[in-house]
Amino acid sequence: MAELQAMTALGARQAAVAVVGPVTITERFDVALASVAARRGRMAELEGAAKAAGVPLPEAARYTGGTPYSAFWVAPEMWFVEAPHATHELIADQLKAAVGNAASVTEQTDAWVVFDLAAPDLAPLMERLCNVDFPAAPDGFASRTVIEHMGCYLIRHGRGQVRIYGARSSAQSLLHALEVAAAAAW
Amino acid sequence: MIIHHPILGPRDAQEFVYLGDAALMNRPDGMTAGIEEFHDWLYNRDNPAGEHQELWYHEQGDRSWLVVTRNTVTHEITKVELARDVARSKGRSK
Amino acid sequence: MTQSNRISGGQIDRSKTLRFTFDGITYQGHPGDTLASALLANGVRLMGRSFKYHRPRGPLTSGSEEPNALVELRTGGRQEPNTRATVAELFDGLTANSQNRWPSLRFDAMGVNDRLSTFFAAGFYYKTFMWPKTFWEKLYEPIIRRAAGLGSVTREEDPDEYDKGFLHCDLLVIGAGPTGLMAALTAGRSGKRVILADEDFRMGGRLNAETHAVGGQAGADWAAGVVAELASMPNVRLMTRTTVIGAFDHGVYGAVERVSDHLPTPAPGKPRQVLWRIYSGRAILAGGATERPIAFENNDRPGIMLAGALRAYANRWGVKVGERVAVFTNNDDGLRTADDLRAKGVEVVAVIDSRQGEEVIDTSGRLGLKSITVRDGKGRTREIAVEALGVSGGWNPNVNIHSHHRSRPVYDPTIAAFVPGAEGPPGLLVAGAASGALSTHAALRTGRDAAVEALGLTGAAELPEAEDAPVRVKALWHVNHGKGRAWVDQQNDVTVKDVKLAKQENFTSVEHLKRYTTLGMATDQGKTSNVIGLAIMAELTGRSIPETGTTIYRPPYTPVAMGALAGRSRGKEFKPFRLTPSHHWAAEQGAVFVEVGMWLRTQWVPKAGETEWRQSVDREVLATRKSVGICDVTTLGKIDIQGTDAGAFLDRVYANTFSSLAVGKCRYGLMLREDGIVFDDGTTARMGENEYVMTTTTANAVTVFRHLEYCRQVLWPDMDVQLISTTEAWAQFSVAGPNARKLLQKVVDQDISDAAFPYMGAGNITVCGGMRARLFRISFSGELAYEIAVPTRYGDALLREMLARGAEFDPIVYGTEALGVMRIEKGHVAGGELNGQSTALNMGLGKMVSKKKDSIGMVLSQREGLVDPDGYRLVGVKPVDANGRISAGSHLLEKGAAVVAANDGGWLTSKVYSPHIGCDIALGYLKAGDRKIGQRMRAVNLLIGQDTEVEIVSPHFFDPEGERLRG
Repeated sequence: MAELQAMTALGARQAAVAVVGPVTITERFDVALASVAARRGRMAELEGAAKAAGVPLPEAARYTGGTPYSAFWVAPEMWFVEAPHATHELIADQLKAAVGNAASVTEQTDAWVVFDLAAPDLAPLMERLCNVDFPAAPDGFASRTVIEHMGCYLIRHGRGQVRIYGARSSAQSLLHALEVAAAAAW
Repeated sequence: MIIHHPILGPRDAQEFVYLGDAALMNRPDGMTAGIEEFHDWLYNRDNPAGEHQELWYHEQGDRSWLVVTRNTVTHEITKVELARDVARSKGRSK
Repeated sequence: MTQSNRISGGQIDRSKTLRFTFDGITYQGHPGDTLASALLANGVRLMGRSFKYHRPRGPLTSGSEEPNALVELRTGGRQEPNTRATVAELFDGLTANSQNRWPSLRFDAMGVNDRLSTFFAAGFYYKTFMWPKTFWEKLYEPIIRRAAGLGSVTREEDPDEYDKGFLHCDLLVIGAGPTGLMAALTAGRSGKRVILADEDFRMGGRLNAETHAVGGQAGADWAAGVVAELASMPNVRLMTRTTVIGAFDHGVYGAVERVSDHLPTPAPGKPRQVLWRIYSGRAILAGGATERPIAFENNDRPGIMLAGALRAYANRWGVKVGERVAVFTNNDDGLRTADDLRAKGVEVVAVIDSRQGEEVIDTSGRLGLKSITVRDGKGRTREIAVEALGVSGGWNPNVNIHSHHRSRPVYDPTIAAFVPGAEGPPGLLVAGAASGALSTHAALRTGRDAAVEALGLTGAAELPEAEDAPVRVKALWHVNHGKGRAWVDQQNDVTVKDVKLAKQENFTSVEHLKRYTTLGMATDQGKTSNVIGLAIMAELTGRSIPETGTTIYRPPYTPVAMGALAGRSRGKEFKPFRLTPSHHWAAEQGAVFVEVGMWLRTQWVPKAGETEWRQSVDREVLATRKSVGICDVTTLGKIDIQGTDAGAFLDRVYANTFSSLAVGKCRYGLMLREDGIVFDDGTTARMGENEYVMTTTTANAVTVFRHLEYCRQVLWPDMDVQLISTTEAWAQFSVAGPNARKLLQKVVDQDISDAAFPYMGAGNITVCGGMRARLFRISFSGELAYEIAVPTRYGDALLREMLARGAEFDPIVYGTEALGVMRIEKGHVAGGELNGQSTALNMGLGKMVSKKKDSIGMVLSQREGLVDPDGYRLVGVKPVDANGRISAGSHLLEKGAAVVAANDGGWLTSKVYSPHIGCDIALGYLKAGDRKIGQRMRAVNLLIGQDTEVEIVSPHFFDPEGERLRG
C-alpha cells in the first residue's frame, strides 16, 4: 500500500521464533487487531451487526475462533477482534463499516506484540509466569494477567497452545521473561 | 487477598488498585453544591474497624471498578459488586 | 578421615561417598546426610561459636529449629551465612566454614566475652553505651558489631537466579510426616488437587527418625510407600525441600522451594530457589512438633542435644554422637532415645528422669561435653563421664502458621505445651502433633479426619496400625541450682539469669521480656526457647502460663533469602523496559538513553567530535530553532475516547471546555484532581463528531486512564463513553522548526499549507503514498511544529523517510534534554511544575478553569487558600550576570534577606542552559510572582553553595507572542 517497511516489535523484518526446551515461542506479526466496545444501550444492535458480519462476541473471559474474525472478551461489552493482517490491515475500518454506530471501534494492531507458545503441556511454564490457574482453565479461556510486571492477555487454545498479547514496547522484556521461565520450568 | 469479581470470579488482590471509601461515589453536583459540601465529601470520611465499603479497580483485569465490602479487621470480604451498578442504584446517571 | 561415629542403619546411601570440607578439613559423608549428620559421623561436635559469649557450640537439634550449628555455606558469590548445618543437604564438594570466631573455631579470641559474662547480661547495651551520645556510632557500635554476631555476607553478587511462581490446589497439606501423608493420601484418593509440601528433602517426618512400626512395617518404609502412591497420582503435587513460610489472607500461602541448594551449582537455566504463591481452597497444617530442652547450668556444650535429635541421628543417619551417652528427660518420649540407642549398640550410661527426682545440674568440657553432674532426689550429686547427653523437656506443637493471623495458642497442661487456639486463618485445619495429638496413631487419625473434613469427603480410609502411647510428662522448664548460667535461648545467648533480670526490672510482659533480653529474636525465632522463657517468667511472677501467654507469631516460618523475595527483579531486570519506535535508529546513532518510568527515551544523539553532553543538546536546540528537528513523542499517553457523550465527558474531566471544539481541531487541556490541584495536562483532538484522541503526560498515562474509567463507571455511569489506550498503537513524532512544514510535505500526501492545515489543526492523513497517519499541528517547543503518527510498525521507516527526503533542511533528531530546554524557553509546564501541589492559578492558567460547567476539581480549586492573590505564581528566572549559575531546587529570597525559611519566597522548579538566550534560565514558583516581574532577587541553594542574583521575568522566554508557531 505504501513505501514504508514494517518493523516487528523486536526490531526485525521477520517475526522471531525461539525454541527453549519443549517450548516453541513464535512471534506473530500477521495478526490485525481492533477493539469493539458497545455504545451505551446498543448491545443488541451490536450483536446483530456482529453476527451478520461473522464477528464472534464471546462471553466474559472467553475466546471464540472464526474466519476471518476471532475475538476475545476484554471488559464488559468490549472485545478484541483478531483477523489476518494480510487481508485486514484496515481491520478498524472494516469492523466500523460492519457495526456502524452500535459500537466504538479502535485499531489496536500495533499496540501489542503477539507470541504463540506451543509445547506438549504448557502448565509447568504458565505456573512460573502468572497467577492464572492454567490446568483448570478451559480451552478458549482468555484473561488479562501479569507476567513479570507486564500486563498481558493470555488465551488458552489448548493445554499445549497459548497466545500471549503483551505491550509492543516491552516485547524484548516479555520474550526474555518467557525464555528464562521456560529454561527454568523443564 | 482474593477478591471475588462479580464477572470473573476469584482474582488476586495484586491485580487491583485500591482507591478508598466507596462513599467517594456520592460526588456532589459542582453546579449546585458549594465548597463546604465538596470539602465535607472529599475529606471527612469514617475509618471503621469492621465492615467497610471500598472502591477497587481491576487494573490488571477487565478495568471494572468494584465496590468491595471488606472487614478491615479480619479482611473478610462479604460482598463484591460492580461500582457502575451501585452508582446507578444510588441514582447516579450522567 | 574415617567416619568414626558412623553406626549401622539409616536412610543414607552408603554405596556412594561424598567429600566435603569444614573449616578447611576434608571429610566424607553419604547421600542422605545433612552437613550436621556427616560432621557428627566424623566425630565433629564443635560447629560454631555463640552470638554474644562466643561459647563453643554444636548442634542442638536435627532440624530447621536449630539455634547453634550455623555455618557459612559455599564460597565466593554463593557464600550464604547462618545456614543451619542440620538441614544443609550434603553434596560432593560442599564447603562450609564456621562463623563468629577468630582466629579459629577451637581457639576464639573473643571467647574472653564468656569470662566477662557478668557485663553482658540482658540490657547491658542499653545501660552501658548511652554516654556520651556521639560514641555510639563511632566507637561502641563498630566494636560490638565485630564482637557479636553471626556469619558474614559476601561482597560478591549472587550469580544464581531465583524464580517466583503460582500454584493452585483444593487442599494444601503443610508437612509430610504421618499426619500430612495420611491427609494427602485421603485427599489424593478422592481425586482432589492436592499439594503436599515439606521442608525436608525426604518425606516422612519423624517416621524417618523413629523405630515404630506403622501398618506392620518400619515407619520409614510405610512413609516411602505412601509417597510412591501419591507420586503416581496426577492430581497430587509432592514438593520436597519446600517450606511453607506463611499463611496470608483468603487461603494464600507462601512457600520457598530450594530447587538447587543441594547441588554444587544450579543446573543451567535453573533457579536456586522458587518463591511460590499457593492459592488453596483449604489447608491442613501438619507441621509436627518441636522438642524442647531444659535449662540447666552449662547446658550449651557441644554434645548436649535434644533427645529426639540424638535418636534421629542414630536412626535416620546411622550416627552416634558419642561413645558414652546419657539421657535427661521429664517425659516418656525421652526414654525412647535410651532404648533406641541401646538397640544400636550405643552405651547409655545413665537415664536421668526428673519425674524420679533426678536432675542434671551442671556439665563440663571446654570444647565438647566431657561429663555431667547429676543430683538425685536426696540432694546427693555424682559426676558421670559422657560425650553426649540427650535432653527432652517435652514437645511443643508447631503452631506458628496457625497463629500467623494473630490467633493466640492455648496452654494444654496435659502435654505441658501450647496448642493452636481458636480463630486461625480461615480454611486452615490443624492435625497431628501440630494440634497436640502426639502419638503416631493420633497423627494418622487426625490427618485423615482433617482431609475428610476439609474436602467434605464421605467415608474414610482404614488407618494402619501404629503406636498410640499416651503423653506422660511433668513440666520442668529449668533446674534450680547454683549461680552459673543456664541457657534458655542458645542462639541469642539468653540465660535464666537474663529472664530473672527482666523480671527484676519489671519487663514482665512476654513482649517486653522478648525485647529486653532478645529472647526468641534470633534467626531461629525462638523455636526451642520461647516457651521455656515465658514459663520461667510465669514462675517468677507467680502468674500461670496461660496468663503469661506467648508473643505474636509472624511469617516467615524459617529465614528466607532476600534473593528469593526479589525473584528475577534485580539488576538490569529489576523492571521491564519499554522501547520507543525510534529506538533501533537511535541505538545505531549511538544515542544516549534515559529511563523515564519503564521507557528508555533518547536523551540526546551525540555527533562525531562532541565530547560533552551540552554540546549535543545545544546543537539540537539551535538546529531545531534554525531549521527543523524531530523528536519521538510516542511515550505520551494516548487515549481514544468515543461515544455520543464523549464531548460532555471531556468537559467534566478537563477544567476547560472540549464539547465546543470543532472536528479537525485540537486544544490544550488541563485536568484537575477533586482537591483543585493540577493532575495532568495534554492536548486533545476531535477526530470526529463522537471521537476524540486525548494525550497525557508520559508519567501519568496509566493513572489518567484509571481516573477516566472511574469517572465513566462510578461518577457518571450512564454517559455513552468508551475508552481504549492507543499509546503503543501509534508511533508519534514531533517535527518542529521553521522548516517543519516543508519537511513534512515531503512525506505527507495531502496539502498541509497553513490554509489547509492551520494552527491547532488535527486530522487523518496519509503518508508516503497511502499509509494511514494522523497529523496534529501542536507545539511544545514554541516553533512551527506538528506531531505525526503512523501505526507503530512503520515508525522506524517514517523517521528514516523524513530524514532522507528532508535532507536539504539538515534535520536533526533531538532527545529529551533538548525537548526540556525548548519547553522551558517557551514556558510550558512539565514534571517539575506539575508537582501535585500546584493549581492552575499557580501555573498562570487560572482562566482555563471554566465555572460555567461542572468539572473535576472546579469547586475546590476556588478554596480560599488556593486563590490567595499573594500565592505562588509561575515565573521565569535568569541570572543577572549571564555567567551566573542557578539550579533547580534553589530558593528565591529578597536581596539582603537572611537565608531562613521565614524569608523563603519560592523555588526554582526546572532549570536549563538556554543556548538561544545564552545563559541559565529557570521556571519557578514565586509568591505573588505575577507582580514581581522585573524585580531582582537571589536564588539560593545551600546544598551546593550557590547564591546568585537573578531577575524575575515572564516564563515565556522565547517568542512570547507565539508568532513562530502560527507561522
